[in-house]
Amino acid sequence: MEAVIEVKNLDLVYDDFVVMRGLNFNVNKGEIFIIMGGSGCGKTTLLKAMIGLNPPQKGKVLYAGVSFWDGDEQGRQNIMRRFGVLYQGGALWSSLTLGENVALPLQLYSNLSGLQIQDLTLLKLGLVGLGGYADFYPAELSGGMRKRAGLARAIALDPDIIFFDEPSAGLDPLSAKMLDDLILELRDNLGATIVVVTHELASIFTVGDNAILLDADSKAAIAQGSPKYLLANSKDPRVIKFLTRGKSKEPENEKSQ
Amino acid sequence: MSSEKLSFDYSKSKTLQLKLSGDWQLSAGLPSVNEVLAQLDSHADITEISFVASQDFKWDSAFISLLLKLSSISKQKNIRITVQGLPPQVEKLLKLTPAQAEKIIPHKIIEESFLDGIGSRVIEVKVTIFSLLNFLGDIVLAFKRLACGQVFFRKDDFFAIVQRCGIDALGLVSLISILVGIILAFIGAIQLKLFGAQIYIADIVGIAMVRVMGAIMTAILMAGRTGASFAAELGIMQVNEEIDALKTLGVSPVEFLIMPRVLALVMMMPLLTIYADLMGIIGGFVISTGVLGLNPVEYSNHTITAIKLSNLWLGLIHSFVFGIIIAVAGCYRGMQCKRSSVGVGEATTSAVVTAITAIVIATAIITFVCQIIGV
Repeated sequence: MEAVIEVKNLDLVYDDFVVMRGLNFNVNKGEIFIIMGGSGCGKTTLLKAMIGLNPPQKGKVLYAGVSFWDGDEQGRQNIMRRFGVLYQGGALWSSLTLGENVALPLQLYSNLSGLQIQDLTLLKLGLVGLGGYADFYPAELSGGMRKRAGLARAIALDPDIIFFDEPSAGLDPLSAKMLDDLILELRDNLGATIVVVTHELASIFTVGDNAILLDADSKAAIAQGSPKYLLANSKDPRVIKFLTRGKSKEPENEKSQ
Repeated sequence: MSSEKLSFDYSKSKTLQLKLSGDWQLSAGLPSVNEVLAQLDSHADITEISFVASQDFKWDSAFISLLLKLSSISKQKNIRITVQGLPPQVEKLLKLTPAQAEKIIPHKIIEESFLDGIGSRVIEVKVTIFSLLNFLGDIVLAFKRLACGQVFFRKDDFFAIVQRCGIDALGLVSLISILVGIILAFIGAIQLKLFGAQIYIADIVGIAMVRVMGAIMTAILMAGRTGASFAAELGIMQVNEEIDALKTLGVSPVEFLIMPRVLALVMMMPLLTIYADLMGIIGGFVISTGVLGLNPVEYSNHTITAIKLSNLWLGLIHSFVFGIIIAVAGCYRGMQCKRSSVGVGEATTSAVVTAITAIVIATAIITFVCQIIGV
């Protein structure tokens, strides 16, 4: 399989505080990769190092073989244009309507005419089920709608890679399920590679092809592989504890929640 | 857009075959749907549109968007679209997109006539005055409880605010006051030179600074510095629901957040003003003795005799009133902040504008009253 993202010997450090040491993993083309772990273990820090917000202290992040942090600013920009990010709270620009939020990346980086951009904006909003809300401001929407609108913006440029930061945080179970389905559809139909940061077990088992489990105490990744495989085969009590929500029940119970 | 990507084939009867090749992705740009429509117009007998994609045909959602538009138009013209010739994923993605353009949910925009506009402004003013009076009342009550020792606020917070609106402002206040003193000295010099009465520069600088200039300059600085920061702080707290959290904890935000700010600023403003007076006089002194060549001892004596105690009191009254205005304007606008990033910006701006406007009005009133009672 072709690795789209390779993370090599990555150290994440805040000032003097070590968050994670020696991270190594590959994200393959077309898979849904989950970065999981308890609160405060450094999931979001890792994500920020991958999407170019915080430089890591040591190590490399390679996109299709090109090192992200070793290149110049222009090289980073080129890589960044290939991915979309859905932030935790949607991170919509509050002074723009939903339509304008989605249209902005298209105006910046596409060669479409104004009308085509308008059509495409409505299409993207339609894909996330917000087709009728183009003229609304983010403040007028609920949290779940804002998140979906954020997704519409993240996929505006048809990115090869989509990053999700806690997609189901703050959503009701049905909306969370809808978002999970949407993630699967995006992967299947747009052929995008997807990286999800989450600790929601339901999502992890529904969408995850491959995963890495970060542990705050050992400051390292303690497990890697498909979530279902890990649950069935892992011998590490910490992994089992995380994947069964602290009790050693059958996974089916967790999945149905 | 280059038309090489798109060519038309009429070999089958009543069928328009679109031959697609090259890059149809959004980064490269797409032909307009009008090119196809023009073909349809010139061949009225077409009942079907089909596609042939060449090997190098590349597409993304921009193509889907084009296809949707084409299909909605051809539906009106009773033309069938067959997508067999396209990559299988196109069909899948087409199914995923909502079949019909969703009903646009109308976004409520209140349109009002000119007179309606005036009316709602007036009503707004009335509402603002009442809410401001309410707010002032809450603050007064909080101070009453403070006097009775019944309020809850954190002393550490209070001292941090005192530090921020007192000592931290000294540098800026020194700079501006010294410059104001220098400006006053030069302006005085131009006129007084005509009469050879340059020593009266000491009177001009001293009286102007102590009586009103020190207080006003300090107040304008503090409105921009502290008033704005109060509004932004409280505004962000409003956005983050921190103020709601205080309310549900049974803590009055007025006691916990606003009273300490008002108290701190009202305490610090007179001190800063006295400091500004001194700095202004020093600025005037340096210029007068250094540049204009006046005798330092004579200048100092003149300054001391010119400034009456009533001037100092007047300056302190100014600064006390300004302190209340700045703190209340900042806190009021912060508490009224709408829950968005734009709201915080508006709150900060209107805090400064309100404070400076009110400062000038208050100065005019105090000056007028002084004129009447002859101070």
